[in-house]
Amino acid sequence: MSEAAVDSTSGQSPANLRARSDAPFLISLGVIGGLYLLLIVAMLVADASFTSPGHLLEALQSEPIQYAIWLSLISCSITTILSVWVAVPTGYLLSRWQRDGRWSGVRHVIDATLDIPIVLPPLVIGLSLLILFQTFPGRWIERQTQHWLGTPITYAIPSVILAQFAVAAAFAVRTMRVTFDQLNPRSEQVALTLGCSRSQAFFMVVLPEARRGMLTAGTLAWARSLGEFGPILVFSGATRMRTEVLPTTVFLELSVGRIEAAVAVSLLMVACALIVLVIVRVFGSADAFGKGV
Amino acid sequence: MIRLENVSIRAGAFAVAGLSLEVPAGRYGVLMGQTGSGKTTLLEAICGLRRLQSGRITLGGRDVTTLKVAQRGIGYVPQDRALFPTMTVREHLAFALTIRMWNRSAIHSRVTELAQMLAITPLLDRGVVNLSGGEAQRVALGRALAHRPEVLLLDEPLSALDEETRSQMTDLLRSIQQETGVTMLHVTHSAREAERLAQNLFTLEAGHLRERSLTGEVAG
Repeated sequence: MSEAAVDSTSGQSPANLRARSDAPFLISLGVIGGLYLLLIVAMLVADASFTSPGHLLEALQSEPIQYAIWLSLISCSITTILSVWVAVPTGYLLSRWQRDGRWSGVRHVIDATLDIPIVLPPLVIGLSLLILFQTFPGRWIERQTQHWLGTPITYAIPSVILAQFAVAAAFAVRTMRVTFDQLNPRSEQVALTLGCSRSQAFFMVVLPEARRGMLTAGTLAWARSLGEFGPILVFSGATRMRTEVLPTTVFLELSVGRIEAAVAVSLLMVACALIVLVIVRVFGSADAFGKGV
Repeated sequence: MIRLENVSIRAGAFAVAGLSLEVPAGRYGVLMGQTGSGKTTLLEAICGLRRLQSGRITLGGRDVTTLKVAQRGIGYVPQDRALFPTMTVREHLAFALTIRMWNRSAIHSRVTELAQMLAITPLLDRGVVNLSGGEAQRVALGRALAHRPEVLLLDEPLSALDEETRSQMTDLLRSIQQETGVTMLHVTHSAREAERLAQNLFTLEAGHLRERSLTGEVAG
């Protein structure tokens, strides 16, 4: 028997190793993951059992709820575009700065600051925004938007978008940062050697490679905005037919004891979120992008 | 021609100093050294991807020491090839030409010519993700050669290839150099590769860069 085939310490050949089944390992992984999946499904089933098609139809026909659905969808979409627009350059700069290695102390401080919206309680973000727009520069911006757009920010629709953006952009930045970290920096360097300027290399090589990350960042920002409630309550108020988004509707319906309506709206939100997430997953799949990726 | 004069580079804890080298125009230079000896760092410095602490780099008679990467007119094939995963083979070959705003027909004929030289014509409309090692290396070479650079820098171009492909690639590299007359600097740790390809052989050992005669003696 060859030396390689014999375990040097025990003298046993690999053939003597007991053929252990992988089943217990895989089953325990499945059970742990399955429990969480079960919790989510159980919550949804409980919601569904609490309402009826009649309640859902009633909710859909209610004018304030229709308004809330539209405001939610439009504000979330605008927030998503703004978040990705900010996250792409920020994530790229942070990622390249880390590789560069210079001024790492400053970078750590900036990095941590960008995480503040993720760790702060949502109410505090709303309160901070409210206070910001009471300061001199904040009041000046209010006057400008009133003059140019015909609407103030605080307690109006722009405040809904700003409150959603304040939180969602932080998640998008984090996602884009990780995306750019994972891209091979050599591709960009090769593009430079081929005659590209930094901006050409970015737009022609880096950004196309980062599209999957952009899609994830956008999805995350959208989903995050749809569920945003705390900052909106404080910064935009909960005024029907004005600053009411779907989470506000749930809150308003609950506060007057109409649990069935609250649950019906909650299920509507679940349906909206599922539709968007599934569409993004389908269009974001490798085949949809073609070119052999 | 590739000429380095007293080049010093520092990259984190790694540093090399006082390196000089000259590959005459149209020659095949091979730089040999152990892993971690600084070969790749030196290649990156020639590309302009690393700043020099001191010294001078001349490519094709032009002092490029302070020039930006894009202005150096080089072709560079890194060790991992770094193909662009979102582009087809054709787009790779056309990349440097698109940047230089060549017209469509000129790009088309140059791409056709390169694809024939590198024997990758059937691959032109394929993506690059599923190419074999040898195919990917040909695409990387084509991308680097498209704009007819004076200097071609290759970082371990034959590593991670099987024996047969390596032998084909060796012949291909030699024929590219003969056909195009490009000045080449090929970095490797393999003495066998160096022996088969080098017209000028250099070694980088313990921070010292020396030219060796092709029989293995120190030339100067």
